[in-house]
Amino acid sequence: MQVDQLARTVLWEELVRGFSLTLRYLFRRKVTLNYPYEKGPLSPRFRGEHALRRYPNGEERCIACKLCEAICPAQAITIESEPRPDGSRRTTRYDIDMTKCIYCGFCEEACPVDAIVEGPNFEFAAETREELFYTKEKLLENGERWEREIAMRLEADAPYR
Amino acid sequence: MAETEIKTFSVNFGPQHPAAHGVLRLVLEMDGEIVERADPHIGLLHRGTEKLIEYRPYLQNIPYFDRLDYCSMLCQEHSFVLAVEKLLGVEVPIRARYIRVLFCEITRILNHLLNITTMALDIGAMTPLLWGFEQREKLMEFYEAVSGARMHANYFRFGGVAKDMPAGLEERILAWCDQFERFMADIETLLNENRIFKQRTVDIGVVSAEDALAWGFSGPMLRASGVAWDLRKAQPYEIYDRLDFDIPIGKHGDCYDRYLVRMQEMRESVKIIRQCIEQMPEGPVRTPNHKVTPPPRAEMKRSMEALIHHFKLFTEGIHVPEGEVYVATENPKGEFAVYLVSDGTNKPYRCKIRSPAYVHLQALEMMGKGHQLADVVAIIGALDVVFGEVDR
Repeated sequence: MQVDQLARTVLWEELVRGFSLTLRYLFRRKVTLNYPYEKGPLSPRFRGEHALRRYPNGEERCIACKLCEAICPAQAITIESEPRPDGSRRTTRYDIDMTKCIYCGFCEEACPVDAIVEGPNFEFAAETREELFYTKEKLLENGERWEREIAMRLEADAPYR
Repeated sequence: MAETEIKTFSVNFGPQHPAAHGVLRLVLEMDGEIVERADPHIGLLHRGTEKLIEYRPYLQNIPYFDRLDYCSMLCQEHSFVLAVEKLLGVEVPIRARYIRVLFCEITRILNHLLNITTMALDIGAMTPLLWGFEQREKLMEFYEAVSGARMHANYFRFGGVAKDMPAGLEERILAWCDQFERFMADIETLLNENRIFKQRTVDIGVVSAEDALAWGFSGPMLRASGVAWDLRKAQPYEIYDRLDFDIPIGKHGDCYDRYLVRMQEMRESVKIIRQCIEQMPEGPVRTPNHKVTPPPRAEMKRSMEALIHHFKLFTEGIHVPEGEVYVATENPKGEFAVYLVSDGTNKPYRCKIRSPAYVHLQALEMMGKGHQLADVVAIIGALDVVFGEVDR
């Protein structure tokens, strides 16, 4: 037993086995992704950059009920509203401070008309803080840009909501 | 020749030291290479979570629990959710309980993978980290599939979970379980017998069973000292009494035993995950009591009453009956507990968080005394401290 142990120690048995294992890993398939060109999978529930959606006829969905403002744990959402000339209530201001937002998804959960959603986009890094103070225009523009994917995601996730 | 007295000198270890596992500032009094005194200075990541919780309705506090110990997110939500449920007295559907346990065990593996591999990195082995993070990545994909976020899940709700597991996820988790055993064997080939790893961990930071109990240890730290104490067995919560699993314990209470206990715990977690998926019944995942959980969206859009419930829950939130409750769960790091006092309003009156790493950190001086500077790194690695929950 002791001779056996001594032989292993002298021959660096466990180190050789370790190195041979890492060597074998070298020839396995790589698991890394070449990021900007390859991306990992995202589920329909992914909570990324926010977007404000519109109805198919172009009318904005948000009715300024302020549920998202109330539920936001980080108090990142600011909403002001007044009735439009046609009598319907709409927001005059819808700001999200993306530097405060913690991406918890409560705003999407709270919204009764599916107006504010957290979309699939996670690549919205900016060079200045100001660029991350999103206004209503920016959020509506996001909605237009991502509408197809957002609609697909909402449909895929609808049975669970 | 007259004897010269060598004065001890103090070394600042951290707060930016990569081996300090976060923002630990450790003032070490050194006699040459030997540690005479280790004085942890904490509070560099203090965010006042406990106070913030007092100013928010109950639902909005769940994300705060993700951000305490950012390595075991859902386990902490579990403590808080169980505490509020105990005060509310709501019944949780059985499927939701299984989903919660399933994800708590996934979280345990996530945490232990991070801890073991970074501890190995601190004492000179880089490969386990690279392999371990591949596994973590796969687990975080499961997190993302159910909750939409890879880390800060915000998935558990009072009376259930936010959404049911998407179809096909069970199979993916089982497939992951099948390949995990080979990964474990690979890590053990690299570390278990490795002489460098053993020289750095065996007999380092030894804590006897009596000391461990006296210092208030819990979790793997306590079990490595030979005390078979696990809240999942000692006072089973959720559905742990229906599951068959073992509690690994160590013998010597040194860093090597802590590593072995954590490795074995991951195997047990895989066992629990398999059982959960096997036994999981179909059914609802949220309690039908709409004073606690919002109604399903389809119903909310049709029924006026459901819409009123929806609005009430998302503005005012739930009112929790007056009372106080202490709920402890077995976190990957130890006993994580929430002591909640409610005054009957929609916000907690007081929420005290008992975090395991905070308790473990105070024993650093006891464990590190007489060791060399480099051994302190191994001890901190095996302590498994995360500063999100130490500083809160």
